[in-house]
Amino acid sequence: MTGAPPCAGRPTIGVLALQGDVREHVRALSAAGATGVAVRRAAELRGLDGLVLPGGESTTIGRLLRVFDLLEPLRAAVAGGLPVFGSCAGLILLAADVLDGRPDQPLVGGLDVVVRRNAFGRQSQSFELDVEVAGVPGGPVHAVFIRAPWVEKAGDGVDVLARAGERIVAVRQDHLLATAFHPELTGDTRVHGLFVEMVRELRGAT
Amino acid sequence: MSEDLTPAPSVATAVPPAGEATAKTAGEVGTARVKRGMAEMLKGGVIMDVVTPEQARIAEDAGAVAVMALERVPADIRAEGGVARMSDPEMVTGIVEAVSIPVMAKARIGHFVEAQVLQALGVDYVDESEVLTPADPHHHIDKWRFTVPFVCGATNLGEALRRIGEGAAMIRSKGEAGTGEVSNAVVHMRTIRGEIGRLAALPGEELFAAAKELRAPYDLVAEVARLGKLPVVLFTAGGIATPADAALMMQLGAEGVFVGSGIFKSGDPARRARAIVEATTMYNDPEVLAKVSRGLGEAMVGINPTELSAADRYADRGW
Repeated sequence: MTGAPPCAGRPTIGVLALQGDVREHVRALSAAGATGVAVRRAAELRGLDGLVLPGGESTTIGRLLRVFDLLEPLRAAVAGGLPVFGSCAGLILLAADVLDGRPDQPLVGGLDVVVRRNAFGRQSQSFELDVEVAGVPGGPVHAVFIRAPWVEKAGDGVDVLARAGERIVAVRQDHLLATAFHPELTGDTRVHGLFVEMVRELRGAT
Repeated sequence: MSEDLTPAPSVATAVPPAGEATAKTAGEVGTARVKRGMAEMLKGGVIMDVVTPEQARIAEDAGAVAVMALERVPADIRAEGGVARMSDPEMVTGIVEAVSIPVMAKARIGHFVEAQVLQALGVDYVDESEVLTPADPHHHIDKWRFTVPFVCGATNLGEALRRIGEGAAMIRSKGEAGTGEVSNAVVHMRTIRGEIGRLAALPGEELFAAAKELRAPYDLVAEVARLGKLPVVLFTAGGIATPADAALMMQLGAEGVFVGSGIFKSGDPARRARAIVEATTMYNDPEVLAKVSRGLGEAMVGINPTELSAADRYADRGW
């Protein structure tokens, strides 16, 4: 660890708490060695070592980002290098572009991917599957996909970490990590562990 | 590994037809985890009753996390009387096609064929609802047999656990639908949360008698005592008509809000819908609540539930 004091121990990682499965992410972060805190206001972004955009309804969260003046501060934070992990709706919000979304759906952006919303189908097609995730040791991750998106197109700077069948379902680009599935739902905290490690490395280096 | 947040249920889960995703990825569909997980994704959100595709689009524009497709909102069912049934499939399909957010629809208590039809139509959640006329006075639907998840109403913890035992993947307070009056929802939420708190404080050997008193499966009683919460998401429903009502229910421990007649029976539905969504997110911030509650126009007129006859009390339907 080259870590500076704030991150050498337990980094503080926010979970965007406008809507979605916030509590599950906070708990997974705590189990993975970080302190998770719910974030609802732009002022609460200050002092965070990282941020999670949770699962939820991306159109709802996007609209609330705009209503509560969080969209621009979040874009600035991502551009400024804040490590961010998005699951499902969080992946959509981080994407540069979304297919099958609403035309006016606000995105945070930053991740050079095009995602397709609800790509795996409606709820009756939601599924569980073991997937190998690059960078996560200890065997496959049991992944839960709920009306899940997939990554339709990934830019050159994007590492593909996992696929379900042919489809890209986990990616990393510099300080941004995203999954189409919900590691926060299974009790296996290795993906959160990967993110906490990213946060330690990136924040320790600055 | 930390404690599993969505533990496998004690009752075997039927996993019927292989969906498209299965063919593509060899994944497993219809599991308790994906059913309960879907409800987790709705938390902190508002689910709105809609009767037309236009209303569904207004709800989606306002930031609803899902819509509930039905033929008549509860207030109209009360006013018009008659038997209330599952909606016309054409109407459900019209709403499914109109929006990109999840669509729920109601089946009568015990009417498993209505639920089969709704599953075939591709709805994302079935509400086995006391608002419709019950089809079976003794038996609720065996919800384990379905790929589609179910939400059910409850007035107390024992009722909630009986529904979960039958396979419900989400619980909502019953409240008193179609009245625009929140007191029953308050009582049901306080009752459920209070009973959970008491269970969590009991020594282990007293949980057997607690299960008997609650008339609920022991395994679920023990699980609630251990978790200090239901093993599924708990929403509120039944009489929420204002942003302050929604925030009240959230402060009382609801994880999200169903609004039935409250939006489209009001003077300015789009504006009221947006305000209730914003109040549900910022339920703990009175300044935001004051701001979003301004100038919403007429709320639904409402009915005093104490003036309802026994036959008109929907919360008493089901067991």
